[in-house]
Amino acid sequence: MKCQFCDNPASVHLTDIVQGKKREMHLCEGCAREHNLIPDDDPPQIDLKALLHLLAATPAAGAAGGKADPAALTCGACGLKYGEFRAEGRLGCPHDYETFRPLLEPLLERIHRAGRHGGKAPKAALRRRAAGGADDLTSQLKAAVAAERYEEAARLRDRIRQKEATDEPG
Amino acid sequence: MNLDSLLPNLGEWLRGTGPDSDVVVSTRIRLARNLAPYPFTNRATAAQKTEIVARFQAALAAADIDPPLRYVDVAGLSPLDRQFLLERQLISRELATVLDGPRGVAFDERESVSVMVNEEDHLRLQVMRSGFSLDEAWAEIDRVDDSVEARMAYAFHDQFGYLTACPTNVGTGMRASVMLHLPALGVTKQIDKVFRALQKINLAVRGLHGEGSRAFGDLYQISNQVTLGKAETKVLGEIKEVIQTILQYERQTRQAMIKERLLAEQDRVARAIGTLGSATMITSEETMELLSAVRLGIHLHLIDDLPATTVNQLFIHTQAAHLQKIMGTELGGEERNAARAKYLRSKLRELGTPPR
Repeated sequence: MKCQFCDNPASVHLTDIVQGKKREMHLCEGCAREHNLIPDDDPPQIDLKALLHLLAATPAAGAAGGKADPAALTCGACGLKYGEFRAEGRLGCPHDYETFRPLLEPLLERIHRAGRHGGKAPKAALRRRAAGGADDLTSQLKAAVAAERYEEAARLRDRIRQKEATDEPG
Repeated sequence: MNLDSLLPNLGEWLRGTGPDSDVVVSTRIRLARNLAPYPFTNRATAAQKTEIVARFQAALAAADIDPPLRYVDVAGLSPLDRQFLLERQLISRELATVLDGPRGVAFDERESVSVMVNEEDHLRLQVMRSGFSLDEAWAEIDRVDDSVEARMAYAFHDQFGYLTACPTNVGTGMRASVMLHLPALGVTKQIDKVFRALQKINLAVRGLHGEGSRAFGDLYQISNQVTLGKAETKVLGEIKEVIQTILQYERQTRQAMIKERLLAEQDRVARAIGTLGSATMITSEETMELLSAVRLGIHLHLIDDLPATTVNQLFIHTQAAHLQKIMGTELGGEERNAARAKYLRSKLRELGTPPR
């Protein structure tokens, strides 16, 4: 396979899936370096900032936010704009994970090849989950509808239904 | 707290004991944690950072963590003291030289548990063990994390796990790294093969001082990259498996070296000790390379009377900040190279160790 920027053989292959659409990139090592996907001195490691730039520069990225330019999306809690995150590679506060969720999910999928935490949880979070799970989801659903995040709302609605179904006998 | 009191101690990671210590120098696990109500450190105001420090100190006092941790205000330290803590692996380069504002580190007497405050994340908990000891390190950091968590509300998300400033840490917030001394694989140029194999399975390889640092003295850190999706113990299990394979490789190669080129290896070790004991100017890089040969010589039993802990002591004491503290004065680059050579000469004369 040839590099999509020059004629050298492609040795770096990236695949990501944004809203069900698969997109592949094939680059030779030289072009991957040029686009800063591989830092110079280090063994090849994904460079987060470079990855963010490349994702933003390719056409499918716009679709992820559902709006034309996700760069202006702003967190109500800390004031960070998605564009700033894209430039710096650092989030501003815990709420950013909700605010930028549709944009972060494909990124996390790419970095970790997973989308859901599988490890330890604080005791407090476990108690909260056990006690008022459904109420918590309902308030999250209201917030999602109010913010017109319909995909998230649908997901929450399904989880509430599922929970009600399994909780019924108790 | 006067940091000079740490000077005679080796610190947990250089103790030179623990499982597989012929190849594994140390094991380290860190957890990234943030406090729910605050912005991440890069967007927090100085007042908020001060509050985070105060809340952590209060939690520390109430938590009764065993071993007891003492807090050091890094912002109030001289650059030399910051470098000193960095060389002892108690703080990161970020916390030492890049970040500003209220920040600090709490650590125990043995320097095995440390918590950085207001690094990239509000808290960076770290446990060190000498040798290959991932299970013990995890058990300890899990316990320390639990006792801090009981007194501070962490930012946690049901889907994304522990929330961190950088999405590359989100989930478990865990980075486990094992520091290996791989001189035989280095000498026989097989090291690149090992690393290519590691990258395929998502483990990172770095030099001694973490991100972006070059490998000096055949010391390499191997760590996990992925933090989302897998349980901590599963990730540790994967690292363990890989390290076992590398250990086997390194040991086989060492044995082959002894069989096939004993005289050449004896010569290399003797020359290393000779240079260390007679140079009048020496850089820290050259010192590390030579000490690497000496360390290998000890494990191949080419030298009898020099304990591995002495190599570790020379290793840490010849680093810039340690050297300046031992000499009791600040030194420029050239002066440092002269002082380092002088220190090594007198230490090796004291030990009186001609190679066999």
